[in-house]
Amino acid sequence: MAERSFAKEVKSLRLGAGAEFRGEGILAVTKALLQSGVAYVGGYQGAPISHLMDVLADAQDILTELGVHFEASASEATAAAMLAASINYPLRGAVTWKSTVGTNVASDALANLASAGVKGGALIIVGEDYGEGASIMQERTHAFAMKSQMWLLDPRPHLPEIVRAVEQGFELSEESHTPVMLMLRIRACHVYGRFMASDNVRPPFSPDDALRSPSRDYGRIILPPSTYAQEREKIEQRFPAAVRFVAQRRLNEFCDGDAGDIGIVLQGGLYNNVLRALELLDCADTCGGSRVPLYVLNATYPLVPDEWTRFCTGKRAVLVVEEGQPEFIEQAASRILRQREVATPLLGKGLLPMNGEYTVDVLRKGIGEFIGQWAPALRGRAAGRPVTEAPLVPAAQLAKLVPPRPPGLCTGCPERPFFAAMKLLQREMGPLHISADIGCHSFATLPPFNMGNSIMGYGLGAAGASAFHTDGPRRPVAIMGDGGFWHNGLTSGIGNAVFNRHDGLTVIIDNNYSAATGGQDIPSSRWPNERRQGNNSIVDAVRGVGVKWVRHVSTYDMTQTVKVVREALTTPVRGPKVIVAEGECQLNRQRRIRPLMKKAIGEGKRVVRERFGVDPDTCTGDHSCIRLSGCPSLTVKPNPDPLRTDPVAHVDNSCVGCGVCGEVAHAAVLCPSFYRAELLYNPSWWDRLLARLRAGVIGALQRRSERKRLRFAL
Amino acid sequence: MQRPIKLSIAALGGQGGGVLAEWLIEIAEAEGYLVQSTSVPGVAQRTGATIYYLEFFPRAEAERLGREPIMALMPVAGDVDCVVASELVEAGRAIQRGLVDPARTTLIASSHRSYSITEKSALGQGTADAAGLIELARGQAKRLILFDMDAVAEQHHSVISSVLLGAICGSDALPFSRRAFEAAIRQSGIAVETNLAAFADACQRAQRGDATAQLQAAGGLREIPARARSPKLQPLLERIWRLPAVARAIALEGVRRTIDYQDPDYAALYLNRLERIRALEASPWELTLAVARSLALWMTFEDTIRVADLKTRATRFARVRAEIRAEPDRLVGITEFMKPRVAEIAGTLPAGLGAWVLASPRVSRWLGRATGSRRIRTNTVSGFLLLHGLGGLKRWRRGTHRYATENARIEDWLARIERLARAHHDLAVELARAQRLIKGYGETHERGWQNYSALLARLEELAARPDGAALLARLHEAALADEEGQALRRELAALA
Repeated sequence: MAERSFAKEVKSLRLGAGAEFRGEGILAVTKALLQSGVAYVGGYQGAPISHLMDVLADAQDILTELGVHFEASASEATAAAMLAASINYPLRGAVTWKSTVGTNVASDALANLASAGVKGGALIIVGEDYGEGASIMQERTHAFAMKSQMWLLDPRPHLPEIVRAVEQGFELSEESHTPVMLMLRIRACHVYGRFMASDNVRPPFSPDDALRSPSRDYGRIILPPSTYAQEREKIEQRFPAAVRFVAQRRLNEFCDGDAGDIGIVLQGGLYNNVLRALELLDCADTCGGSRVPLYVLNATYPLVPDEWTRFCTGKRAVLVVEEGQPEFIEQAASRILRQREVATPLLGKGLLPMNGEYTVDVLRKGIGEFIGQWAPALRGRAAGRPVTEAPLVPAAQLAKLVPPRPPGLCTGCPERPFFAAMKLLQREMGPLHISADIGCHSFATLPPFNMGNSIMGYGLGAAGASAFHTDGPRRPVAIMGDGGFWHNGLTSGIGNAVFNRHDGLTVIIDNNYSAATGGQDIPSSRWPNERRQGNNSIVDAVRGVGVKWVRHVSTYDMTQTVKVVREALTTPVRGPKVIVAEGECQLNRQRRIRPLMKKAIGEGKRVVRERFGVDPDTCTGDHSCIRLSGCPSLTVKPNPDPLRTDPVAHVDNSCVGCGVCGEVAHAAVLCPSFYRAELLYNPSWWDRLLARLRAGVIGALQRRSERKRLRFAL
Repeated sequence: MQRPIKLSIAALGGQGGGVLAEWLIEIAEAEGYLVQSTSVPGVAQRTGATIYYLEFFPRAEAERLGREPIMALMPVAGDVDCVVASELVEAGRAIQRGLVDPARTTLIASSHRSYSITEKSALGQGTADAAGLIELARGQAKRLILFDMDAVAEQHHSVISSVLLGAICGSDALPFSRRAFEAAIRQSGIAVETNLAAFADACQRAQRGDATAQLQAAGGLREIPARARSPKLQPLLERIWRLPAVARAIALEGVRRTIDYQDPDYAALYLNRLERIRALEASPWELTLAVARSLALWMTFEDTIRVADLKTRATRFARVRAEIRAEPDRLVGITEFMKPRVAEIAGTLPAGLGAWVLASPRVSRWLGRATGSRRIRTNTVSGFLLLHGLGGLKRWRRGTHRYATENARIEDWLARIERLARAHHDLAVELARAQRLIKGYGETHERGWQNYSALLARLEELAARPDGAALLARLHEAALADEEGQALRRELAALA
């Protein structure tokens, strides 16, 4: 059950020729796949392409009608390996993932796929997680394209172009017998726009046809001597074929401008922002009419030498706008021009920063300098548009006024009590080495928990602690999410720990979903999913690979959690310890529970809704509760007490009554200010009677003490 | 050539910035505009700061030109027509990014605060300067619409996105008809009536350019009455009147608090102590003021009796119902989370007995078994009687072990202040303020006491230095810098 439902949007996947499609970039890609007669699709969720997986999952009916096979792959490696179907058969296949992390995981399969070569079009849609909003280390997918020789498309962030890139990507792949990567930047994945749809195409050849008459060719096997032949084939046939296709089918675009003696070469994906920068410099109009000639690389690998020479010859200078580093395109282009003896100076990094996202602000500055140096005449006009680039108030003062807002665990998150428990335990045992992992639990490395010494990759938390399994003074702790566990952690972490007789603790945080990527189902998800086989027990899997010491705790029971973790770290029992700390992702839980509760209340059933609160008159404004929890709904408000200055803790209405506040108050011997309120819906006659009796007694006593107090009111 | 209209939405993850963007897309298309929208949710979706960016261009104009506009995928400094911020600091962040242009930009922001973890986890006061932010917004925006949109949403049982939409509509920042705005809300088909009500309210406020941001006020000081309701209190009141004018309001609160905590005699003790200090200084009465505040807080230390008393009051029951928005006839249960340790129990015993208990490990251990997590349901007769009875021990409080301890500490503190008052006035003031360090319960309280004691240990040394007062203030801040006391240790080490 994914966080976002595309049930409404997927209807537009049925649109036929002539109808206008409107929607997110990633949804357009799905439509383009269907229009290209794709036979099978796989992938692994992760921003910015999570929605592609969600859309496909919600579009299952349409896919079935068209006879398209879709899998939510176990990992990017699984998805990449799935493309093997296109090696021997004219099957068009597409896979998707977050890059470069996903590409790293997939590269073994990708390298072999690229060596074997493909008969059917193989398209890899990567969400380039680079720049603002990225959640991973900053690298380029470009390197993978070069090392394995796969082609890389980087289309303009404009729906018609993206759709065209998908369709041409398959053709390019088939023409050159090479897998093709289609790269979409974060904003392009989420860009809302429109394009003219065409009819969906039923795959002419299906996996069933393949199974009916399997075809085999030793030349496609990754063993010598085939591999040597394949390498030669790459150089002698596939590469030239690709260059030919890119040139003949005009994948790249040229726009001339009246300032013909300079030019800008840019990655297609940067087109809109470059044009906006030029417009702000008064060197382009609103509709893409640029005065500086442009060469737009919708295909960034391979490059087309003839196009480069054509564009650069006779120009005084050319600027290469290439995001990220190393500057592969600039390097390759320099070589091309050198070989062809084109003397035009090639500029790029230097005028533009080596690293970081090329925002319009960055581009305006860099391109502005380029024009200033090489075509001051143009720059002259650029004085035209007034733009204040900075706020009136000095930066230092602003920094003081605007505190940072790091992301964190959601309201009622089941992982919060676990990390709170870890914090308490470390107060008692001293600091521990914690090998963290990828997932919502990565947020534990941020305030208020500040926990975790390293993150090695998805599912690699346990593996990341391997070197610490000495008979040292203290056992290392590794964190792993249920998503990472099924992705690879079961073998790379747990199996490895058993085999190598590790002695430390691995905590598998089981929130029942791949929560960080949008709450997609995973093998251990518990809630009914008619298309997948869920309910596969993590505990059984862990025991299955040979772990003897396994415990299961509910994260919401902090006292128990502290006890079990303490035991794991102190028990004389040798060998790997695994704790499965379970609590359902609160986002998914609320989506599940809320409607049910509403319904029950509507049907007159007796329902109790709980939420927490803080008494401002007993709260002393120390906020240790917040430092132990950090729940968004546990916040502060100005102190109502005129004698106190520090703000008091306060629970706002977003509280879902998860119970952690009470647990923290108890486990941490914190403070008596917390209370839990139980709102009773549809009380029975007995409830009412009891309440009336209680109110009678309590009310009487309260009135008495009120009268006493009133005597001395001042 | 006509340029696109640019609008940027700064929101918090999970606050519905996406919904707002979708509404604006529908509206724009209905009104014959081409629209492009982008966002970078990513991890920020999880309670972080998110940005949505939209550009609008008239379809007719594009058709006339026979070309489509090229729209950017991100807001550019100085090139945004309308910035929408769903929270005050996010408005500040937009200004920080240079998105709000004084010559051009309409800033539509909610004045309410949603505190970031860095702000609310401070050991004392760590929240951003809201007044400063509002002033910043006033100075930077060409046109400002600023009011508590969260409150308006609450008031209509709606969500902030419909309030923001209403404000956008009313601000005329976009050339779209109100009809189209309302249609978008209707089409979404969710909570239409409440959303429309919130929309209309916000729209009206924006039309009259509402930029009246009331900040959530802290508890204010009250007027000092001329006569007390009960003659028994009149002498106390007269003594307050005899205090320096600046200190009266605080002293009144102190007297109120000590009466509420114990009885009028206790308030008299409070005034005795305060007058001792007052006698030692002259205008501007800094020390008297500082002591008036700190003394009242210290004399009303939170012991088990106090907590039980406060938890069982009718006013508290009413406040809880209000906090959780319980309808008048709704049955509500209240559960307290108490974890009395041996220290708390011993503290409530008669002084001698309590001291004996704490001194004897065996007895402590035995008592320890009786302690542990307690969930007390204050709405049940048994639970209420337990706490009510505990609160009733008030009349014997002066005999308790905790009282003896705190009283001794207070006297020691006052004696030190008196000693410093003449020769080292400023240092005395800082010492009076240092009481702020002692707060909270259980371990928190002990940590506070240890920090305070660490400061006392250096007092003579500080008195010997000309910058002693400033240093004590530094130590005070350091003690509140982190829970582990690292900053304080550093500062103390630096002293020597």
